[in-house]
Amino acid sequence: MTALVIAEHDNASIKAATLNTVTAAAQCGGEVHVLVAGHNAGAAAAAAAQVAGVTKVLHADAAGLAHGLAENVAAQVLAIAGQYSHILFPATASGKNVAPRVAAKLDVGQISDVTKVVSADTFERPIYAGNAIATVQSLDEKKVITVRTTGFDAAAATGGSAAVETVAAQADAGKSSFEGNEIAKNDRPELTAAKIIVSGGRALGSSEKFNEVMTPLADKLGAALGASRAAVDAGYAPNDWQVGQTGKIVAPQLYVACGISGAIQHLAGMKDSKVIVAINKDPEAPIFSVADYGLEADLFTAVPELVKAL
Amino acid sequence: MKVLVPVKRVVDYNVKVRVKSDNTGVDIANVKMSMNPFDEIAVEEAVRLKEKGVATEVIAVSCGVAQCQETLRTAMAIGADRAILVETNDELQPLSVAKLLAALVAKEQPGLVILGKQAIDDDANQTGQMLAALCDMPQATFASKVEVADGKARVTREVDGGLETVAITLPAVVTTDLRLNEPRYVTLPNIMKAKKKPLETVKPADLGVEVKPHLKTLKVTEPPKRSAGIKVPDVATLVNKLKTEAKVI
Repeated sequence: MTALVIAEHDNASIKAATLNTVTAAAQCGGEVHVLVAGHNAGAAAAAAAQVAGVTKVLHADAAGLAHGLAENVAAQVLAIAGQYSHILFPATASGKNVAPRVAAKLDVGQISDVTKVVSADTFERPIYAGNAIATVQSLDEKKVITVRTTGFDAAAATGGSAAVETVAAQADAGKSSFEGNEIAKNDRPELTAAKIIVSGGRALGSSEKFNEVMTPLADKLGAALGASRAAVDAGYAPNDWQVGQTGKIVAPQLYVACGISGAIQHLAGMKDSKVIVAINKDPEAPIFSVADYGLEADLFTAVPELVKAL
Repeated sequence: MKVLVPVKRVVDYNVKVRVKSDNTGVDIANVKMSMNPFDEIAVEEAVRLKEKGVATEVIAVSCGVAQCQETLRTAMAIGADRAILVETNDELQPLSVAKLLAALVAKEQPGLVILGKQAIDDDANQTGQMLAALCDMPQATFASKVEVADGKARVTREVDGGLETVAITLPAVVTTDLRLNEPRYVTLPNIMKAKKKPLETVKPADLGVEVKPHLKTLKVTEPPKRSAGIKVPDVATLVNKLKTEAKVI
């Protein structure tokens, strides 16, 4: 029984989500191998070899794999899938994009967003926006899984000494091409990996106010900035800041929700945070039912006061 | 070009579901059902493509129990031309749905299939990708912008950290993200018109697809409850509590 983890990387380094996935893979029992499929991704493969618990790194290098296009990455995974009992992806935008494609080609069901490995074929996963936890057993020989990264500790990024083996890269499928991207520049901690997150909602009123009020608090705490769907839809914050069922799932040490009412869909993304603080002027806001500390106040006065007090 | 839009009937997104006391599932008896919100966005996008003259016909498809007809009528009230119901009382998992849809794709030969990125009940986020794999078509998931021209679709995708644009050769599969569009409200006259639009019913066996489960649900439980918190009177108390009690800052 050997598990294959599909590494998420930017060709130069391994992304943190990969480390949580390695931990989940180790819990499935057996050895853990990592596939680094990319272009000029030698550095990422070398980094993967350092991860504690990894016994082998498979490195596929081709121009077609540069941007992680689902068609090409899935073909690459399928080329080596034969010898593995478990194939795991982090449940990130790229993992979710590729994993079902692999599962369908193998004619097996896929298990999404696994939060706990019960045994080699049984897993827990949240359904209905996290309002229920299903324990599911896979009836297929091969298990294709995406791993909710906040459900597992990160494997140590150093201490391992896996061998890096080059595997033949698959030819470009030629049905899709990468045209460009706009990745938001930001020197804050990454949202899904941050220890502290401060998040703003519709009550902020405008993107200027969002920056003016929320940024000093994030700076003071060294926190990542998040937002509710309402704030994102209104254009107060960029899309990739959205926390919730359909945005990012986070579980920081401290989550500060400012002017967020706390709809089911938002709670689905943050209710596993260790400590939740809510600042809202509506005493009836559902966010207070999950907050460890609630402050009933106007955020425009409370947040600057909080910045001063820290 | 035909556009195929699969839609799913799910528990309305405003309903807070309850886990059954015998832990066999969630209680969905007598609960309000609606079209999955991402699928509404998919139907809207297909109808807009038709209004632009890119698409010639929009076909809505749903797989499941007889009541899914209501969901298909809603899709036709938004603007789909006709509908197909793949009727079955069996539990349908994403791979089975993808196989049923693949059979319909082979029959209808659409240029584009637009699905929602995930259904808000099983939260799987698999069907679109699986359909693309089974039909050997390219995919563009989590779309926030779609432009179709010259046998290709240019799709802007929402990815971690920002946006990404890919070009895919048609026929292709696109799955919608929240910000692709704002679905229109269905009006009463359109609801009346939708009642007259054709709705064809087929069985999985007619499509030559065997529906079988790949996952067995052993139990469904309530998530762990958070212990009740407290309200603090002012900012100073809050900071004090965070420093001394919670020790998170």
